[in-house]
Amino acid sequence: MVKLIINGKEIEAKEGTFILEAARENGIDIPTLCYDKELTNFGGCRLCVVEVEGSNKLITSCSSLVKEGMVVHTETPKVVKIRKDILDLLYSNHPKDCLTCEKSGECGLQDLCYRYGIKDGSYKGEVKKYAIDSINPVMERDQSKCILCGKCVRVCAEIQVTNTIDFTDRGFNSKVTTEFDNPIDRHNCRMCGQCITACPTGALINKQLKGIRPWEVKKVRTTCPFCGTGCNFDLNVKNGKVVGVTPNPDSPVNGKSLCVKGRYHSDFINSEDRLIKPLIKKNGEFVEASWEEALTLVADKLKHTRDTYGGDAITGLSSARCVNEDNFVFQKMMRVAFGTNNVDHCART
Amino acid sequence: MTNAIGEVEDNEVLFIIGSNATEAHPIIGNKMKRAARKGNKLIVIDPRRTELAEMATLWLPLKSGTDAALVNGLMHIIVKEGWHDKEFIEERCTGFENVLEVIEEYTPARVAEITGISEEILYETAKLYTSTKKAGIFYTLGITEHTTGTANVMNLANLAMLTGHLGLENAGINPMRGQNNVQGACDMGALPNTYPGYQSVTNEKSQKFFEEFWGVKLNPNNGLRIPEMLDEAAAGNVKAMYVMGEDPVLTDPDANHVKKALSNLDFLVVQDIFLSETAKLADVVFPATCYAEKDGTFTNTERRVQRVRKAVEGPGECRLDWSILAEVAKRVGAKGFDYRNSEEIFEEIRATTPSYRGMTYKRIDQKGLQWPCPTEEHPGTPYLHKGVFPRGKGLMVPVEYEEPAELVCEDYPILLSTGRMLHHYNIGTRYSKKLDSIRPHELAEINPVDAQKMGISEEEVVRVSSRRGSILTRVTITEKVKPGMMFMTFHYKESPVNELTNSAFDPVTKTAEYKISAVKVEKVGAEEAAAFM
Ligand code: SF4
Ligand code: SF4
Ligand code: SF4
Repeated sequence: MVKLIINGKEIEAKEGTFILEAARENGIDIPTLCYDKELTNFGGCRLCVVEVEGSNKLITSCSSLVKEGMVVHTETPKVVKIRKDILDLLYSNHPKDCLTCEKSGECGLQDLCYRYGIKDGSYKGEVKKYAIDSINPVMERDQSKCILCGKCVRVCAEIQVTNTIDFTDRGFNSKVTTEFDNPIDRHNCRMCGQCITACPTGALINKQLKGIRPWEVKKVRTTCPFCGTGCNFDLNVKNGKVVGVTPNPDSPVNGKSLCVKGRYHSDFINSEDRLIKPLIKKNGEFVEASWEEALTLVADKLKHTRDTYGGDAITGLSSARCVNEDNFVFQKMMRVAFGTNNVDHCART
Repeated sequence: MTNAIGEVEDNEVLFIIGSNATEAHPIIGNKMKRAARKGNKLIVIDPRRTELAEMATLWLPLKSGTDAALVNGLMHIIVKEGWHDKEFIEERCTGFENVLEVIEEYTPARVAEITGISEEILYETAKLYTSTKKAGIFYTLGITEHTTGTANVMNLANLAMLTGHLGLENAGINPMRGQNNVQGACDMGALPNTYPGYQSVTNEKSQKFFEEFWGVKLNPNNGLRIPEMLDEAAAGNVKAMYVMGEDPVLTDPDANHVKKALSNLDFLVVQDIFLSETAKLADVVFPATCYAEKDGTFTNTERRVQRVRKAVEGPGECRLDWSILAEVAKRVGAKGFDYRNSEEIFEEIRATTPSYRGMTYKRIDQKGLQWPCPTEEHPGTPYLHKGVFPRGKGLMVPVEYEEPAELVCEDYPILLSTGRMLHHYNIGTRYSKKLDSIRPHELAEINPVDAQKMGISEEEVVRVSSRRGSILTRVTITEKVKPGMMFMTFHYKESPVNELTNSAFDPVTKTAEYKISAVKVEKVGAEEAAAFM
């Protein structure tokens, strides 16, 4: 362990830890827009600069390791001045539509401009303007809002390992895009949406969550109902309806990752085609019935079958899609209520 | 899986056989790709040129259905070269001699002939797999959905035991379960031969335990498995069936036979969230709740039991699955179904299932727990078989290669295999407009060589027929499949591939041979194509 002092607070950190991480672990928030613990270091936004006693150069805390006896200051006037300049530059070259931006409320740029009091960009030059890429059904790209932090590029290369997007050009024309600047769709992208999660601004948006303000939703953590990987995520609930999915970094299997199914499936919950009443077939047609009528009919029929032909004339298919509790009760019903072991499920599909 | 998903990235060698993980288990697939990115080595054994095949150190596009021969051939080389783990075999396994005898016959030359993989690549594969202790085997349906599925799984166990790749971190044999809770449904005893926790229904001791616990006399005989249920229904011996949340008409092989069997029942009850193809045949349909509307637990493929939490109320009058079942059970006179919530059921699961005994809703709240977890102090078990196997010594059972049940012939010259793809999951996801609009229809994969021969172009509608049925589908032309092969998914009811598939079953698990059916492909007239689209 290494001992150092940050903002007058004595802390201990593991050798090989970056100053930024050590500070965060101790509740000291150093701002950044391009750093993510799970991704390689980019050191591009320079917002995480700090002052270290005995050196007159500012250093980027996301890429400098802790050293024994180090004395670090994270909010000195010099540091704050640099941060303001960077934010001013970024915001000057950014659309001024925060009021209607989908990201408002959980935007990294907005948060930091608020924290450092940037009201308006002071550089009144040309602001970049790109067409919005919205041809696929789940994700929207507005490169005018991109601050070139490169998180999406790294997530796609390092976590999703697909390499759909990369930087092109330099200087003012620099942007993040796909090969040949094609729109994003299923041919060049896995639609996992991990870049959306990584993006600090409104440049990448989950279309399903458009029109939903982040503070309006209640989040309920649950387990994905699709493949056997068992990812966790948060169902976003507004007014008693599931409106979409966001990842939950505490998930033991998947962390912040999700695949296309986990992220975008949730509209099926509100499908018009859901069954809402018991149905009984009469003369070859389904008619809606009360629970009482349907349950009575099923119980009578099954009881009659059991008592006439024996329990083994009844079989049951349980479900690999239902929860353990449902499966437990299902096999118990077959064994205890009907006296048969004729229970199986599609384990084999 | 014997090992945890978190270990995947640090396997130095990943032996991936018949698993298109980046489509079927995307997040595990990503971890495999990350392993490759770090410099770890992938051996990918798959007739299709999958995304993982692209990243593999060794890609073995073997002939479909020849897995057993391949694995025998690898073991042959390993033993000949002395790369096996003699100590592990000596201390922890029995039956080695029997395996030895069988693999003796699988010379590289013969195996190359059967599988279509060169001797040189076989040799390199054997060498790479045995080059480190941190080598795990990963497989999914590709290997179990053959008539020889059980044998294939046993043979992979043989390979892992032969080389001592078990009971260690970053190694093991890792089946990746298809549906989200297959592991849990099996653990819960939704099987004709076991009570919860794999306690055999024919074992007197377990029988007695459950009879005492539930206070009833239990049936001492194994029950019917799905294909037998269907056969017996068709024969008129099974009179009634209760189906919860499954759609065998669409997902089981030889759909026409399934429909016939279900139609022959006196009474069919289906409990589901949508009016599935199976539900359409029912006498009574109960509306159930989906996962977002209920509390409970799922058990994933690494045996991790995790919480499912109710986020919203279900629509209309739908009810919780377990509460419908409990109500039916009570009405036919059964006792012990007075549950007030899912946690009470979980408490009964704990009490009857030794590997779940140490779990509570409270303990699994944040991170879940991996079974076995026998006591409330036990931290759960990330990887299995450390030190000992549950049955003492690991039994090695030799496996002979058998030809697939159905081979191509002049009339049906193309080998059709089926599987999953990224954007859909069985059939439920089709109800998500978002997901459906990414991939709204089937695109059967066919090699450019065959497409050219038949004069078929991209996204053209064709007729695909087997000995059992005939369907229409659009095609996509791709080198992912070899000439003479075709690949389709079972996600689309408009192109119900299981009308074509073969219902020849594995004799032990009764898994159908979804992977291989012989088919023919024909062009269709413009009118028929237009009507289909
Ligand atoms: S959605 Fe996934 S695959 Fe597509 S660009 Fe974003 S991170 Fe890459
Ligand atoms: S799109 Fe978002 S994540 Fe990507 S570089 Fe721009 S701001 Fe960063
Ligand atoms: S999010 Fe994707 S990978 Fe994860 S459990 Fe769901 S379907 Fe599987």
